[in-house]
Amino acid sequence: MKTLIVDDSNTMRMIISSTLKKLGGHEIETACDGKDALSKAVSFKPDLVLLDWNMPNMNGLEFLKAFRAAGVKTPVIMVTTEAEKERVIQAVQAGANNYLVKPFTADQLAKRVEDTLTKLKAA
Amino acid sequence: MNSQHIRCFLESTENLFSTMLSSSVEFAKPEMQHRDAKHHDICGIIGLSGDLVGSVVIGLPTETAVNAVEAFVGMRIEPENADFPDAIGELANIVAGGAKAKMEGGSISISCPSVVIGTDYTIQRPLKSSSVRIPCRSPFGRFDLIVCITAPLEAAKAA
Repeated sequence: MKTLIVDDSNTMRMIISSTLKKLGGHEIETACDGKDALSKAVSFKPDLVLLDWNMPNMNGLEFLKAFRAAGVKTPVIMVTTEAEKERVIQAVQAGANNYLVKPFTADQLAKRVEDTLTKLKAA
Repeated sequence: MNSQHIRCFLESTENLFSTMLSSSVEFAKPEMQHRDAKHHDICGIIGLSGDLVGSVVIGLPTETAVNAVEAFVGMRIEPENADFPDAIGELANIVAGGAKAKMEGGSISISCPSVVIGTDYTIQRPLKSSSVRIPCRSPFGRFDLIVCITAPLEAAKAA
């Protein structure tokens, strides 16, 4: 599975990447903001995107809207400190498939990825 | 600033430690922080704006910071490494973001983190409101949370 991790923090990209590698089956690409992610998505063609919200240049919500406006249906999981209910609703309305609030455990991340992919297969 | 605000930061810090650091943290009694107080060698700073304005600072001695970052990232990173301030900033971001979500009544935004590494410095705030320091103890070592927040109207009056 080709997974694109989008986060402006290099350490957070490392943490998520390391967790996914331990799970196995993930080919990983990373992007440092929404603009970078849009560019990488074209060449990398991810099967899954893990997306931070607060980033410089283009934030996660802006990326998500642009991604969906381009007709891309790739599942997106928001991984963010934005935990308010209104934010979750905003993200889902913009096309997020799932939502994980930082901080999280490795198990929580793994389960969110698994749940998202299972739901898509069942749909 | 009231005790509920402080509680939000404590709960958020506990949550960070129990999840991404696989550890625990204990808090001593909060105390007022003097404006010219010296800080630990490493500080992660997040600004808050909106219905509450101010900042939260996580101040750590170098040894505590290195230990905490190692638990966070899964590898030892020295302060000279560019990833070190990034990790400290992300820790501060998670604490502030978690506290923000717990605060009731109002919309609050948090800034991108700033990180200071050095000795013998003070952090001056434009607000005249008081700061509260919460001494923290963890298996990685001691550190401080310093919270300075107020309502915008009170901040304008105090300016």
